[in-house]
Amino acid sequence: MTPSTASSVREPRVKAKQRPGDRIFAGSTLTAGTLILAMLAAVAAFLVIQSIPAVTTDPGEIPILAGETFWSYVAPLVFGTLWSAALALLMAIPVSIGIALFISHYAPRRLAQGLGYVIDLLAAVPSVVFGLWGANVLAPAVQPFYSWLTETMGWFPLFAPPASGTGRTILTASIVLAVMVLPIITALSREVFLQTPVLHEEAALALGATKWEMIRTAVLPFGRPGIVSASMLGLGRALGETMAVAMVLSASGGINFALLTSSNPGTIAANIALSFPEAFGTNVNVLIATGLLLFAITLVVNSIARWIIARRKEFSGAN
Amino acid sequence: MNFKRFGAPVALVAAAALALTGCAANEAGGGATDEAATGLSGTLVGGGASSQQAAQEAWVASFQTANPDVTIEYDPAGSGAGRDTFIAGGSNFAGSDRAFKDEEIAGDFASCVADTGIIEIPAYISPIAIIFNLEGVDSLNLDAATVAGIFSGKITTWNDPAIASANPDATLPATPITPVHRADDSGTTENFTDYLHAAAPEAWVDEADGVWPLEGGEAAQGTSGVVDTVTGGTGTIGYADASRAGDLGTVSIKVGDEYVEYSAEAAAAIVDASPFAEGRTDGDLAIELDRTSSEAGVYPIVLVSYLIGCSEYQDTEAGALVKAYFSSIISEDGQAISAEAAGTAPISSDLFDKASAAVESIK
Amino acid sequence: MSQTLTAAPVANAYSSGRLGRPVPWIVLAASLVLAAVVFGLLQASDGAKDFNIVGTILVGMIIYGVAIYVISLLVEGGRRAKDRLVTALVSAAFALALLPLISLLFTVVTNGTGRFDLEFFTFSMRNIVGEGGGGIHAIIGTVLMTLTAAVISVPIGLLTSIYLVEYGRGPLSRAITFFVDVMTGIPSIVAGLFAYAVFALIFGPGVRLGIAGAISLAVLMIPVVVRSSEDMLKLVPNELREAAFALGVPKWLTILKVVLPTSIAGITTGVMLAIARVIGETAPLLVAAGFTNNLNYNLFEGRMQSLPVFVYNSYISQGTDAQAYLDRAWAGALTLILIVMLLNLLARVVARIFAPKAGR
Repeated sequence: MTPSTASSVREPRVKAKQRPGDRIFAGSTLTAGTLILAMLAAVAAFLVIQSIPAVTTDPGEIPILAGETFWSYVAPLVFGTLWSAALALLMAIPVSIGIALFISHYAPRRLAQGLGYVIDLLAAVPSVVFGLWGANVLAPAVQPFYSWLTETMGWFPLFAPPASGTGRTILTASIVLAVMVLPIITALSREVFLQTPVLHEEAALALGATKWEMIRTAVLPFGRPGIVSASMLGLGRALGETMAVAMVLSASGGINFALLTSSNPGTIAANIALSFPEAFGTNVNVLIATGLLLFAITLVVNSIARWIIARRKEFSGAN
Repeated sequence: MNFKRFGAPVALVAAAALALTGCAANEAGGGATDEAATGLSGTLVGGGASSQQAAQEAWVASFQTANPDVTIEYDPAGSGAGRDTFIAGGSNFAGSDRAFKDEEIAGDFASCVADTGIIEIPAYISPIAIIFNLEGVDSLNLDAATVAGIFSGKITTWNDPAIASANPDATLPATPITPVHRADDSGTTENFTDYLHAAAPEAWVDEADGVWPLEGGEAAQGTSGVVDTVTGGTGTIGYADASRAGDLGTVSIKVGDEYVEYSAEAAAAIVDASPFAEGRTDGDLAIELDRTSSEAGVYPIVLVSYLIGCSEYQDTEAGALVKAYFSSIISEDGQAISAEAAGTAPISSDLFDKASAAVESIK
Repeated sequence: MSQTLTAAPVANAYSSGRLGRPVPWIVLAASLVLAAVVFGLLQASDGAKDFNIVGTILVGMIIYGVAIYVISLLVEGGRRAKDRLVTALVSAAFALALLPLISLLFTVVTNGTGRFDLEFFTFSMRNIVGEGGGGIHAIIGTVLMTLTAAVISVPIGLLTSIYLVEYGRGPLSRAITFFVDVMTGIPSIVAGLFAYAVFALIFGPGVRLGIAGAISLAVLMIPVVVRSSEDMLKLVPNELREAAFALGVPKWLTILKVVLPTSIAGITTGVMLAIARVIGETAPLLVAAGFTNNLNYNLFEGRMQSLPVFVYNSYISQGTDAQAYLDRAWAGALTLILIVMLLNLLARVVARIFAPKAGR
């Protein structure tokens, strides 16, 4: 464009030229996104269709319900799922943030990557092995501690006696879950912490902040959405974990908060794994309906998390 | 993106793929040598009870060795899944910890010729041992009511008079009892609770069920989980397939006036002492176990698992394969193989005659 | 500051009022020794069997945290004391995570090496009863199904996250974000049932295929890939994008050449996490891909064994020779962990090739 033409002709606002490359690329990303929605819709449709008989059929005709209604069958399972996942996250989140900070800001830089790799290793352990380890190594190891707790602090509702004779309690299951979600939360938080703008960190240090003050004022606010997001992924895993919980947890009770007895509520996913092989007819529908409920629980939990993140949006790098 | 960047990973993947294209050392490629041996070939798909898996592996191995062109897939997905798949026609035969109920038989079986019925053979008979872990005690004598009391939580310590009176020679500590039951839905639990309900109806009011009916006690997944939990705890007691009892203490059950230790013969004896279910077709050998039998030398807590097939297959080749496979299972050799690999009780010659007639009728 | 001015002359003004470098280490050693003594006494009085190493370390850590805080509070003042306490806590968190890891790896390695031999990698389980046999069929099944799942879910997941970060505005993008979160909550066994139901519709009941297993894994993998890559893409500074746009680079090339390489390390970590998440899945593969003792290379025909199913079944259905089954199970678990480690290394190499050369 020469100056003369620019000044003589008053063009309307120039629209960015649409290149074919752009269109194809944008189109394919859109397709991928839509594909995910379609896939999820298919899963949801499958779940809903399969679940309908569980609620509509007369409970007396479904052997697995043993005469109860569907809701009273599933209530302890919902409770157990939420309770164990909450306990697991309660343990895993602080520890994970600690590890992530250790790797990103405390460990000697040369060591850091190796240490991160060590933690990633935990993610590689299959859940069956976690189950075997939890039931045969961890449970016997913590059992004496549980007995001691119930003896000395039995007045506290969470530690109500009698202590389990084998240690396979909901607390043990939650510890195993915590160890399983630890690498997920750690890995993502670590990556986020590493992306903290160096200028922010240096500015804090230059103002005389101690390392902790620098982390509190620069690193953590920057990483908070990432931490929440990582925790949600961890929560998804903790809620849906099947085999490890099935192998570790002694699920022989209803709703109760006692952590150290052998009568614990089961979890939805573990219950499906335990009952599915022998299920037939409408029993299968009942189990799938509990799966749908787990689905709904995750939906609610995630909405809450999204809401929290949305309030903190200003920290996101890409706006 | 230029090739250099993608080159390295692609080459790595290609190398890995090359390394993987081999063959398992124990799998012959096509079985060209022994072709003439039997003339049987093809793939047979079955599925069902996971209790049968160790036995099925042994049976499949011996059958495949004799018939190298045959492949048998037994999917230990569980009895319920096995029966459902068989009804839907997804498998050629099923293994199940219980026989089909009358109303289920009245329905259609997709791989069978319509209205021809099915055959059910109790080929897997395994005693269920009551195992416990108590220092200084290797065996105990108990009657059904006491066992029911222990598992329902009414008897809470090992030196309870009910246990002590039946075991005057044992030194019983005051250790609390931790009863261990299966967390999963299982045929073992169904047979165990069936026994308790039949032999001690006052002490055990719940009907037989694959799901443990009571709250409380310790729950563990699968036979392995129960055995591990009993082994790992102190004062624990549980029930498991007898083949897995190992070094744990075991209970002798009161039958009539005697205490009977579990054994293969005693388990086979209870099956012989029990009547077949009524109103079934000829090939349908569903057994109604007589848990309260007081005959000498029977051990009433057994798991009977069935082989289920069509009496007339739509696919005649599959029918021939099932027939050959089933007859190898019920043969003396077949039963000896599973006894060695899975600790089952070989079927009696009486039952063999009936089973053999049923298998011969498969078309 | 005023403190140093008014204090009596010291050798070095910068080190006054600070703890020396070796002090924390000395305190740590003292705390551990103290804890060891406590547990030693407990053991002696109790007559317990073993010396409690884990307990010693845990109690030692707690004593150290308290001690260093108090000492630092007295010498250095509140702010530094807090800093020291946090350092102790952060290091303790790392040590705490190492405990189960070491215990787990120790268990797997000691039990797994028993059958970690040539036979395990050359034999399948066809016609094997009791001892012997191997897991080649399961190894190949796992590798094939997991890679297929990755091939399906990584492009879909990555493109979706690019859409969400770079293009998506409005209700569609919000819907995708939300439902991807929901997808993380699909119980693994439901994913397996779903894949099985889809293939049963097409091929009739009872169908078990490797590809069905791969698809059930992909359903589980996609949300993890989307979620982690989305976070990583968001962290790419806008200045980089704007610089590229200012130079007249088209948007799609900016994304491919600037945004993706900048975040490739994080994305790779996410993908590896996703793979590690699904490679150990048992329940969906049991339902969708079935169980077999035979080697099968064909994803589209016949059942396919996988390592987790192999491990699970060897543990659950032990025959009379229980030890042989257990040994195979542990060897399978060890193999599975090694495969993931190998994939992890490979991914890091790939990430390094693509990553921009500068940066930390």
